[in-house]
Amino acid sequence: MTNHWVDLRNTDCALILGANAAENHPMSFKWLLRARETRGAKIISVDPRFTRTSAVSDLYAPLRPGTDIAFVGGMINYALENRLYHEEYVREYTNASYIISSAYSYEDGLFSGYDAAKRAYDKNQWAYEMDAAGIPRRDKTLSNPRCVFQLLKKHFARYDAETVSSITGCPKDKFLAVASAFGTTGAVDKAGTILYAMGTTQHTVGTQNVRAFAVLQLLLGNIGRPGGGIQAMRGESNVQGSTDAALLFHLLPGYLKVPASDMPDLATYLDKTTPKTADPDSVNYWKNTPKFTVSLLKAWFGEAATAENEFGYQWLPKVHAGRNHSHIAIFEAMYEGQIKGLILMGQNPAVGGPNANKERKALARLDWMVAVDIFETDTSVFWKGPGVDPKTIQTEVFLLPAAASTEKEGSVSNSARWMQWRYVAAPPPGEAKPDLDIIDMLYKKVKGLYAGSTDPKDQGLLSLTWDYGSHPDPHRVAKEMNGYDLVTGKLLVNFTKLMDDGATSCGNWVYSGCYTGDGNMSARRDASDPSGLGITPKWAWAWPVNRRTVYNRCSADPKGQPWDPERAPFRWDAATGAWVSFDVPDFVATVPPEKSAASPFIMRVEGVGCLFSRELNEGPFPEHYEPWETPVANGMSSQNINPAVKFWGEADNAKGDKAQYPLIGTTYRVTEHWQAGSMTRNCPWLAEAMPEMFVELSPQLAQQKGISSGETVKVVGARGEVLAKACVTSRFAPFNVEGQTCHVIGLPWHFGYNGYVTGGPDKKRSYAANQLTAHIGDANTTIPEYKVFLCDLRKVT
Amino acid sequence: MAKAILVDTTKCTACRACQVACKQWNQLPATVTGFGGTYENPPDFRGSYTRVLFSESVKDGEVRWNFAKTQCMHCTDAACAMVCPTGAIRKSEFGTTVIDAAKCIGCNYCIANCTFGVIYFDRALNRARKCDMCYDRMSNGKTPACAKACLTGCLQFGERSEILAKAQAAVAAAKNRGLAGAQVYGQTEVGGLGWIYVLKDAPAAYRLPAAPEPPVTARFWQALFQPARIVAGLAILFGLWSNRKHSADLAPAPEGTATGAGRAISAGK
Ligand code: SF4
Ligand code: SF4
Ligand code: SF4
Repeated sequence: MTNHWVDLRNTDCALILGANAAENHPMSFKWLLRARETRGAKIISVDPRFTRTSAVSDLYAPLRPGTDIAFVGGMINYALENRLYHEEYVREYTNASYIISSAYSYEDGLFSGYDAAKRAYDKNQWAYEMDAAGIPRRDKTLSNPRCVFQLLKKHFARYDAETVSSITGCPKDKFLAVASAFGTTGAVDKAGTILYAMGTTQHTVGTQNVRAFAVLQLLLGNIGRPGGGIQAMRGESNVQGSTDAALLFHLLPGYLKVPASDMPDLATYLDKTTPKTADPDSVNYWKNTPKFTVSLLKAWFGEAATAENEFGYQWLPKVHAGRNHSHIAIFEAMYEGQIKGLILMGQNPAVGGPNANKERKALARLDWMVAVDIFETDTSVFWKGPGVDPKTIQTEVFLLPAAASTEKEGSVSNSARWMQWRYVAAPPPGEAKPDLDIIDMLYKKVKGLYAGSTDPKDQGLLSLTWDYGSHPDPHRVAKEMNGYDLVTGKLLVNFTKLMDDGATSCGNWVYSGCYTGDGNMSARRDASDPSGLGITPKWAWAWPVNRRTVYNRCSADPKGQPWDPERAPFRWDAATGAWVSFDVPDFVATVPPEKSAASPFIMRVEGVGCLFSRELNEGPFPEHYEPWETPVANGMSSQNINPAVKFWGEADNAKGDKAQYPLIGTTYRVTEHWQAGSMTRNCPWLAEAMPEMFVELSPQLAQQKGISSGETVKVVGARGEVLAKACVTSRFAPFNVEGQTCHVIGLPWHFGYNGYVTGGPDKKRSYAANQLTAHIGDANTTIPEYKVFLCDLRKVT
Repeated sequence: MAKAILVDTTKCTACRACQVACKQWNQLPATVTGFGGTYENPPDFRGSYTRVLFSESVKDGEVRWNFAKTQCMHCTDAACAMVCPTGAIRKSEFGTTVIDAAKCIGCNYCIANCTFGVIYFDRALNRARKCDMCYDRMSNGKTPACAKACLTGCLQFGERSEILAKAQAAVAAAKNRGLAGAQVYGQTEVGGLGWIYVLKDAPAAYRLPAAPEPPVTARFWQALFQPARIVAGLAILFGLWSNRKHSADLAPAPEGTATGAGRAISAGK
């Protein structure tokens, strides 16, 4: 989240698109309803189906799954055409005025620089035009035809209301109602927020869906402001924390890049991963990458990390440059027999993985598998799952009982980047242990196996600092993340003190400041709120440096005066020559406001928000492409699917065709269950409320198929089938897309085949919706396209 | 002082935290359910003190999905108390309706006569059970478990007069937002309820009875028997008869069908 949960109460308008906040992030509604009550805020729900969120919203608009860019692109066009955008903000705080190289072009679904054989772009063709000093050229009148603003206008002019309606299936009047309601937040003193979750990201264009939000919010001047921003609502209580700690394959802790085969030494790594600019106005905070990196190596290898041995850089494993090791890639490799062992901690891919049938087959090709969980998950018993003869499975499976969140001490980081300390409420039952204990035991055991080795490749493992105590203490882990001054031995105040010469250690630079000489900041419980805006700076601790809203220089105009005097986290006081601040500034606060206004996005190399960006693989502007499986042709161009998407192995990953599978299927969660369900399906009170697999469909489709509510039906797709109870509901309605009728059906993905309830009465069957989804993912993150697939619905006779 | 709980349905997200919190606080075991074609579950009050109703309708082409938590309404004119032959059901010092488990003989007459159909018979314990507005919590100065769990502000516990004022204000605010049909429910119904609802629409759109009344039989039995506090033997005989009747009454209602005056809050969409 750019902002935080409590800040939702400051909004004038909340657009919930790609999320079902009331059901899956219930706490959001405490604050959204507060905004409605106290400020008259409007709540908008845009979703393929009418959800519990839609029921409590002021405005609902449907859209066909997978057409978010068309919808938001239409909103961008509407804001531009009707001049609803925040002009000064756009001119000063974004790259609207930057001139783009003449090599850039767009035509019929392709940007310049495309290599069809590689399915990749040469992004150099999307560069800024530089002056002789290497500084991007700008036209602050925004009239140069090659400036970002003009290119943006041209690109999105194609997304007129008729086209949007035809692609998305959203009636034109509904689309226009949303575009104009949210467009009002472009007024200088208004702020609108966008809330999203997996409905946005789980697409072949998932990252560009988020980019579309960024473009819209920058245009409307909504980033960095109370009640504004873009809120990624995380799907698990500590998924933010685990992402920060390098959950993903391409990252080291604190969003440092993972070393790759083309970075043979530390100098090359730092050169390749540290952004550089000649622009004296740009803060370019990532220029400190060497300090973050060397301090991380010092945290990991302690005294063994020296300048002479590149601080132990050679001990880090390197990924093959350009190779993908995301979830789909791992399971593809497992399916091909390249991966022999798997440790799953709190993960249930036999239910939650895309193309679950293929992933179960992949599991059966492992030599060994360890599942660490609080219940016996569906995955941990895959070897006796539906249709599997245990005699044919060679995989040796271990199930380690884990402690639940209430049975262990430590921190959890919420979507708002708040690190909050928690305590043990009850001891874990039996032999169950906290994850930290399990990892500690595993490391010590493995280290023992390598004891005395002089092989250079083993020295990293043997040199790891591991001073968490004989029984690992989560406080010591938190202190390691915070970092130390290695000269004085004292805990660091924050990351501004980090050094690149080995004088400091820091296990995760974004967390530096969480546990200082003053104690555990994340354990603070003082809810005082001097701002009156719900900032509560002494409640827990937020990364970075306890900043509650990022990019917050943008809350005030270039002169330092808040855009809305009623919502003013910062105000420049000319009399004293200082800022009056209620949050931690995300800018250099010791210089005059006009100077910090030149670099309000300190993490961006150009210092401003990017309406046009070279970061993503499929283009500098979001462009609509159809999902992998779709019943229609792309109404925007002749490129049907995202041109930069990678295709995976065809074995057990058949692509469905609309002739055989005419319906669009989508998946989602319900309030009563959690993810792949192993926790909640084993909780009888929750199982009572949501006991069975169901499929939702419109009355029109039900009539066509002769299906009535409560009947058992079969959903079939190219990769699998699943039984479900029919839920015929007016909350689903057919879409009129490009003149044809498209039916959408939806299934929750919580059910499986093991546990107190499985999803249906027949325990020998699997009720996992992901038997229908595919191994196909986003072109940047490879997040699977769970949200759209083709299928059909059959009566069970 | 009379207490009440506000149910401001303009703020209900149907998260059912209240439903689960009630089961947890009162340690009511989960019942075995199936998907009956709607999100609403369990399908009736057998084994549960409270249920969130999901009522779907289409009006002027727009979908409406109304949510309302239901339970014993703590009626001022409590039919259950009128008919209880042993005096086990009484009004508490908080104005709520409570059942004295020690005095309940399991005759089921309250169940047959409850204005809202929210009492159930616990066969294992041989007694009638229902929401007591968390009498144990309330008498220890605590908020009832469901209201404590509700995070949206839909459920709010307090003095009845204050809750009524909040309800009026919420209705005014809802009307301001264009919900012309917004109304208070429970202020005067059945002499005044212990739960004050803010509805976006007519009670029927939530499957609540528009003009709830204690059954005529309840008033009759009250007039006839209660002043004299009938002897236990008569009560048991009566109970056996009623028990049979009850078993028939609480068979799960098929989708969308009403099951008689006493079953106002029944299974459905
Ligand atoms: S807890 Fe509150 S919001 Fe959730 S269902 Fe109950 S009354 Fe509604
Ligand atoms: S709702 Fe039924 S049980 Fe509750 S007070 Fe009224 S009549 Fe009695
Ligand atoms: S007041 Fe207590 S008993 Fe009644 S519904 Fe709420 S939690 Fe259950």
